[in-house]
Amino acid sequence: MRLTLKVWRQKNGNAKGSLETHQVEADEHMSFLEMMDVLNQQLVEDKKEPVAFEHDCREGICGSCNMVINGRPHGPMQGTTTCQLHMRHFKDGDTIVVEPWRAKAFPVIKDLVVDRSAFDRIIQSGGYVSVNTGQAPDGNSIPVEKDLSLMAMDAATCIGCGACVAACPNGSAMLFTSAKVSHLGLLPQGQVEHKKRTQSMVAQMDKEGFGMCSNVGACEVECPKEISIENIARMNRSYIGSVLSTDK
Amino acid sequence: MKLDSKIPKGDLATKWSEYRGTMNLVAPNNKRRIEIIVVGTGLAGASAAATFGELGYNVKAFTFHDSPRRAHSIAAQGGINAAKNYQNDGDSVYRLFYDTIKGGDYRSREANVHRLAEVSTEIIDQCVAQGVPFAREYGGLLANRSFGGVQVSRTFYAKGQTGQQLLLGAYQALSRQISLGNVKMYNRHEMLDLVKVDGKARGIIARNLLTGELERHAAHCVVLASGGYGNVFYLSTNAMGSNVSAAWRSVKRGALMANPCFTQIHPTCIPVSGDYQSKLTLMSESLRNDGRVWVPKSQEDAQAIANRTKTALDIAEEDRDYYLERRYPAFGNLVPRDVASRAAKTACDEGKGVNKTGLAVFLDFAAAIERYGKAEATSQRIDNPDKATITRLGEAVVEQKYGNLFEMYEKITGENPYKMPMKIFPAVHYTMGGVWVDYNLETNIPGLFALGEANFSDHGANRLGASALMQGLADGYFVIPYTIGQFLSNEIRTPNINPDLPEFKQAEDETKVRLQRLLDIQGNQSVESFHKRLGKIMWEYCGMSRNAEGLKKGRQMIRDLKKEFYSDVFVPGTQEEYNPELEKAARVADFMEHGELMMVDALDRNESCGGHFREEYQTPEGEAMRNDNDYTYVSAWEWDDDNPILHKEELQFENVELKTRSYK
Ligand SMILES: Cc1cc2nc3c(=O)[nH]c(=O)nc-3n(C[C@H](O)[C@H](O)[C@H](O)COP(=O)(O)OP(=O)(O)OC[C@H]3O[C@@H](n4cnc5c(N)ncnc54)[C@H](O)[C@@H]3O)c2cc1C
Ligand code: SF4
Ligand code: FES
Repeated sequence: MRLTLKVWRQKNGNAKGSLETHQVEADEHMSFLEMMDVLNQQLVEDKKEPVAFEHDCREGICGSCNMVINGRPHGPMQGTTTCQLHMRHFKDGDTIVVEPWRAKAFPVIKDLVVDRSAFDRIIQSGGYVSVNTGQAPDGNSIPVEKDLSLMAMDAATCIGCGACVAACPNGSAMLFTSAKVSHLGLLPQGQVEHKKRTQSMVAQMDKEGFGMCSNVGACEVECPKEISIENIARMNRSYIGSVLSTDK
Repeated sequence: MKLDSKIPKGDLATKWSEYRGTMNLVAPNNKRRIEIIVVGTGLAGASAAATFGELGYNVKAFTFHDSPRRAHSIAAQGGINAAKNYQNDGDSVYRLFYDTIKGGDYRSREANVHRLAEVSTEIIDQCVAQGVPFAREYGGLLANRSFGGVQVSRTFYAKGQTGQQLLLGAYQALSRQISLGNVKMYNRHEMLDLVKVDGKARGIIARNLLTGELERHAAHCVVLASGGYGNVFYLSTNAMGSNVSAAWRSVKRGALMANPCFTQIHPTCIPVSGDYQSKLTLMSESLRNDGRVWVPKSQEDAQAIANRTKTALDIAEEDRDYYLERRYPAFGNLVPRDVASRAAKTACDEGKGVNKTGLAVFLDFAAAIERYGKAEATSQRIDNPDKATITRLGEAVVEQKYGNLFEMYEKITGENPYKMPMKIFPAVHYTMGGVWVDYNLETNIPGLFALGEANFSDHGANRLGASALMQGLADGYFVIPYTIGQFLSNEIRTPNINPDLPEFKQAEDETKVRLQRLLDIQGNQSVESFHKRLGKIMWEYCGMSRNAEGLKKGRQMIRDLKKEFYSDVFVPGTQEEYNPELEKAARVADFMEHGELMMVDALDRNESCGGHFREEYQTPEGEAMRNDNDYTYVSAWEWDDDNPILHKEELQFENVELKTRSYK
C-alpha cells in the first residue's frame, strides 16, 4: 500500500516545528512503527536525518510509544498503543498525519519525542507503599478479596504513556494519577498512607502544570489500557475526604 | 587467571544464612559516606538501588530509558517462582533448587541456585507488601500456576503482566528513595565505558542522551544491572533497546564474559511474518498449561493449511500429532523450553509447518475451553449444557486467565485464537550467559558487580520459566545488599573518588574518539541493515542448533561484516545532540564483537546441553548428549580481538547427582 505521511519535524525544544510530507510503501501486516522504520530507512538512504520517535517493547506494555495519528493519541483503534496498531487498519492511498503528544507538561524534545518526566515526579511524590526491603510479613498474612484485587490490578495496568493527557483539552493528568491512587488505595497494603498519598500526588500534578479535570472523558476513550474514568471519581471522593478530615 | 567462586564452606542448606550472619558489615555512619553507581533500573537494578538507598548508601542510578518504568522487565508476562508451597503440592526450597539445577542441565553453581531458592519466598512477601496485585483465589489467598519443567504449582502471577507489576513495585520503591534524596536518578543516560582506578571499578563514562554530553561519574563501586543480549540476533522477544554494551564495555576493561553461547530460544512466539519485521512477540509459557501443541501428521495436510485450502479445524483428531505429549508423556506440553523449541524445529524440518514459511506449529485451546466450560456449567448448576453454552463458559474462563495474551495475538495476526488455534514458533528470548561473577555477584574486577540477566549466575545452560524475575529480584533485594558489604567494608576509609583523575579523562577521551569514528565513516548503509545481517548470521550458525563447521564460518562472516561496518555505515548528525542513530551504531558495534565471542564459545563446547545444541552430539532419537567428563565447567572468556582466552571454572556437584535430563 502507498501512503502519504505528514510527519511533525522539530529540531529541538526551542525550534519551531512543522509537518514534513513523505511517501511510503507499506505492507498491511506491518505495525505502524514498522511502517515508520521504512520511512526512516528511506531517509537514511537519502543521507537525511531519520524521524526521532520513542519505542521499546513494541508490544503495548512499556508505554514508550506516543504518536498522535490523524488527531488521535495512539491512532484510531480502541485499546491499542501506537506500536500495536497495524497497517491493515489503513487503506492504500491514505494520507496520515503523525504528531507528538501536545501538552504543556510534556515539552517536545525532538520530532515526536516528548519529555514525560513529570509522571515520574508524580509517582515520587507519594505513589508507593513505604515498606523497606525485608520488612514484609508473609504474603498470605492478609487475605485480599479477589474482586478487589482485580480492580486494583485493572488500575495498575496503566503504562504511563500519557495519552490521557494528550487527549484532554485541559492537558489534565487525572486519569494517570487516579489510576495509581486507586491501585494502591484499594489494597489493604496501600490503605495506611492513602490520604496522604492522594493529597501529595494531586499537589504534585498541579505543580507540574497539568490542567484541571472538567469531566470531558476523552482520556478514557483514548487510553490504550482502557483505564476507567471511575478511578477519577474514586480519587475525587478520597481527595475531598482527605482535605476535610483533620487527621491527615 | 585463577577464578575463585568464593563459595562459602558448609552445608548447602545453611551456607547462605551462616554466611549472611557472619559477613562484614558497613556501619550506618559509614554508609552515608559511600557512593554506589547502579547501571540499569530494570527489576534487578531498581530493586538494588532502592534497597541500597534504604540502607543509607548514596546511590546514583542510570538508565538509557526516559524512566525506570520502561525497562525491558516490564514486558515479562507469565509469572515469578517461589518455593512457598502454598498449594501443599510438595514444593520446597530443595525442590525449586533441584528443578533449577536440572532444568539448567547441570551447568550452574549449586550454592548460588540454592540461595536463589531460599530467598524466593521473601520476594513474594516483599512484593505483596509493596502493593503488587498478584492473582488471588476466592478465599483471598495468593493463586499459583505451573510453568515448564516442573511438576508443582509455584508460579505467582498478575494476569499476563507479572513483569509490569513487579517492575512498578520496584520502580515505586526506587521513586520513594529518589524523593528522600538517597538515590539520584539519571534518566536518558547511557553508560559507555567503565573506569578503573588502581585495578578497582570506580566509575563510568555516561552520555547524556538528550544533549550528547559525555559525563564522568565516580563512586566507590559499580553495579551493572543492564539486562541481556538477546538482540544480538536482531529479531528476539527483547525490547528494541536491550543491548550488551554496558557488559561488553566492562569486558573490554577486563571483566570476563561467561557462557555467552547459552541463549534461550522460547518455544511459543508469534512466527515471523515478513522481512520488515522488527521484533518478535512472546506468547507466555503459561499458555502451555492449557494449550496443546500439535502439527498435522501428514505433510499434505500441512501444505493444505499453509496454502489456506484447509484450516486447523479441518484436521481430524486422529490426523494430528500432539508431538510433545507423544514424545514426553511425563511432562507433555510442559517440557522445558529448550526441549519444546527443538521439537518444534524437528516437526517443521519434517515439512509439517503450518504457515507459508513452513515455520509454525499450532497451540490449541479447544480442549481447555471444553474442559473449563463443562466445569463452569457444573458449578453454575446448568444441567445438560449444549455445546454453545460450554464453549461460551469455557472461553470466559480462558479469557480471565489469558485475556490480554489472546488480545495481543489477535492484534498482531488478525486471527481469533479462541476459535482457531494459535500459530507459534520458537524465538530468541533470554540469555543465560553474561558477565562472570562469584558468589558475592562480584566480577573478576574488584568493585564491579553484575546482577539480573546481565550476569551468568543461576540458570546454567537453560532457564526455567518464571525464574528470571525471581533471580533479578533475589539479586537486587536480597543478595547484593549484603554481599556488597564484603567489598565496601574495606573501603570505609576511601574518600570520594575524584572524577578529575587521569583515568576518567582517558576513558572519556577514548569514548569520544570511538563515537566520532562511527560518525566519520559516512558510508552508504544504515545501522539497522548491519544489525539485521548480524542477526541472520547468528540465527543461522549459532541459533537453535549449531555445528563446528557452521560456527567457524559464522565467526568469519561476522569478522567480515565488522570490517564492512567500519567502512560503510552511515550515521547522521553529530555527537553533541540527541542522536538515536549514533546510540544504535555504538550498540551494534559491540554486538558484533560479542556475537563473535558467542561463536567461539559454542565451538569450544563439544557437547549438547540446555539451549546449546551441537548437531554432532545427539542420540539417535535426536536428544541432546551432554559430556560431563570434559565440560562440567563455566567458560569465562577474556576478550582479545583475535584469540579470546578461555578461563575455566570447574563446577562441583556435591548435593545432586548428574543425570541425563529426561522429561519422558
Ligand atoms: C517478552 C518477555 C517475557 C518474559 N516473561 C518472563 C516471565 O514471565 N517470567 C520470568 O521470570 N522472566 C520473564 N522474562 C525474562 C525477564 O523479563 C528478564 O530476564 C528480566 O526482566 C531482566 O531484568 P533485568 O533487570 O536484568 O534487565 P532489564 O529489565 O532488561 O533492565 C535493563 C536496564 O538496564 C538499563 N541499561 C542497559 N544498558 C545500559 C547502559 N549502557 N547505560 C544505562 N542503562 C542501561 C536499561 O535502561 C534498563 O533500565 C521475559 C522476557 C521477555 C522478553
Ligand atoms: S491512564 Fe491510560 S492513557 Fe493515561 S498514562 Fe495510563 S495507560 Fe496511558
Ligand atoms: S513501544 Fe512499548 S508500548 Fe509501544
